[in-house]
Amino acid sequence: MDFLTLLQVLDTTIRLATPLLLACLAGLFSERAGIFDIGLEGKMLASAFLSAAVAAATGSVLIGAAAGIGAALLLSGIHGLASITFRGNQLISGVAINFLAAGLTVVIAQSWFGQGGRTPQLSGNARFETITLPLAAELRDIPILGPIYAELISGHTLLVYVALLAVPLTWWVLFRTRFGLRLRAVGENPAAVDTAGVSVVGLRFAAVAICGLLTGLAGAYLSTGLQAGFVKDMTAGRGYIALAALIFAKWRPWYALGACLLFGFLQALALRPDVIESTIGFEVGVQLLDALPYILTVVILAGFVGRAIPPRAGGEPYVKER
Amino acid sequence: MTHLAKFLGATAALALSAGAALADPALIFDLGGKFDKSFNESAHNGATRWAEETGNSYAEVELQSDAQREQALRRFAEAGNNPIVTVGFSFMTPLEEIAGDYPETNFVIIDGVVDQPNVRSVVFNEHEGSYLVGQMAAMASESGTIGFIGGMDIPLIRKFACGYAQGAKAVNPDITVLSNMTGTTPAAWNDPVKGSELTKAQISQGADVVYAAAGGTGIGVLQTAADEGKLSIGVDSNQNYLQPGSVLTSMVKRVDNAVYDAFQAGENIETGFYVMGVDNEGVGIAVDEHNEALVTEEMTAAVEDAKAKIASGEIEVHDYMSDEGCPSLDF
Repeated sequence: MDFLTLLQVLDTTIRLATPLLLACLAGLFSERAGIFDIGLEGKMLASAFLSAAVAAATGSVLIGAAAGIGAALLLSGIHGLASITFRGNQLISGVAINFLAAGLTVVIAQSWFGQGGRTPQLSGNARFETITLPLAAELRDIPILGPIYAELISGHTLLVYVALLAVPLTWWVLFRTRFGLRLRAVGENPAAVDTAGVSVVGLRFAAVAICGLLTGLAGAYLSTGLQAGFVKDMTAGRGYIALAALIFAKWRPWYALGACLLFGFLQALALRPDVIESTIGFEVGVQLLDALPYILTVVILAGFVGRAIPPRAGGEPYVKER
Repeated sequence: MTHLAKFLGATAALALSAGAALADPALIFDLGGKFDKSFNESAHNGATRWAEETGNSYAEVELQSDAQREQALRRFAEAGNNPIVTVGFSFMTPLEEIAGDYPETNFVIIDGVVDQPNVRSVVFNEHEGSYLVGQMAAMASESGTIGFIGGMDIPLIRKFACGYAQGAKAVNPDITVLSNMTGTTPAAWNDPVKGSELTKAQISQGADVVYAAAGGTGIGVLQTAADEGKLSIGVDSNQNYLQPGSVLTSMVKRVDNAVYDAFQAGENIETGFYVMGVDNEGVGIAVDEHNEALVTEEMTAAVEDAKAKIASGEIEVHDYMSDEGCPSLDF
């Protein structure tokens, strides 16, 4: 594998890892606060649809992305209402959100645009354009570092950089602020937080709202950053891979970055069977590479590489007095 | 409640009595709806063409849910519509059950096979159409490398790829045909993101024409090819309009012709297996205002020549599904 091919694969890795990373951080906030969320997929899908639809209607990708985030926030609100306020089963609520999004997006798209459940193809300002970082062209000729800067780091859409910046921000919020401490506490021992006079319900709703914001960005990135329009079920299971990455990362922000980049890299490799064959000398099934994220997650869960311990109060609705 | 029941009964009776006198053909669209820019719209076009040319009328219904398939079929059969044309393989199961109940009525299923004496099963020779676009791809390619991106890795899609490679190699024996499948699960039909990345990967390997036979995933393929300034080829329906000036052509399945033929044949339609290939205008290429600048005269001549030779049997396009193998492409 020559250097340029490696850069191409890594470039693909970053693009494919970005939606995973945003969704993974979304799940991180929610689950750290004790709300399991398998509705990441549905929220991404709803946001992907509304971002593309509103961007197509208004011609502005920023309004579109805002609408997409709104859709994800709305579904987050439903999840919060069901699992926090009414203390319902978080897994069932999450599954319901996935079904709701899968059905509603296609139905609304069909009645809105009449193109078989798609949105029109976006162009111009209705898409996120790639950003060329300053000096990318000038520095390209510097050996090794130049191409890395010009090809790999520069030339992505805005949301890629937002996603990468969200990692240190998440770390800072969770581990260096009072809000973050309380948020983590509410996922471990909500009774203690309640005793201290802090609202458990309020904190959990805040976490779920942050989750909605981040899944909204992930969905907007799919339909208006990577693609130029919405197609039914276009998330194609990325919400579930993000959950696997979250477990793989043991619910920690920096590990989440590593896990998502690893999973993105595996997906990128699966696109280039020729590269794999020329590098290691024999053919590896694409199916194996597609399955590896899940296999690795099972390995982690089985405790081979340290233990993955979920937040202790995760999945349990908080009841003040029994 | 009683009023409602009476009302419903009355409308049902009205519908039945209105239909009983007619033997108009009927058309049942699949869930995508009449104006889905694809399969169903093509069927609709065929039906309206028939109605305009003959001056006759036909009955039609757009389904809202899966549960209505059987209901719609029975309603039309009892109303005396004949033949009843259904669009899409999803009708295979209901039709299998219902066809026996109405032996006097003839049914047509497009893109599916139902083994009943009163059903015409229309299937398309996709490999022949793919052969034609493969020729065009090879002629349009400057790099000597072209690509194929399939949806789910199933024999039907390999059939597309195999015909495409054979057509390309007929023009240029040294051409490199890259082939990738999006995945092995049904999610592969609706993953435009992966379609985009596969396209980028193929372009980085030198491909400058990419043929997508991948459903919704193909939207991403066409988009990326346009963004990167390369050519793409659409599939099933005419997708040239999706990226004007960048889609070289589309391999179209002429669902409209299948519907037109069925309506034209009328009540005494010949049932059984009905193959739509190059010889009876069942598959072909799409040329319209969006791509006419890309299609050269040599391409048109080559395609017409190949069409004639396929129809006469001089060229035999290999069908992957006949022996699960492909002489012109390794999977």
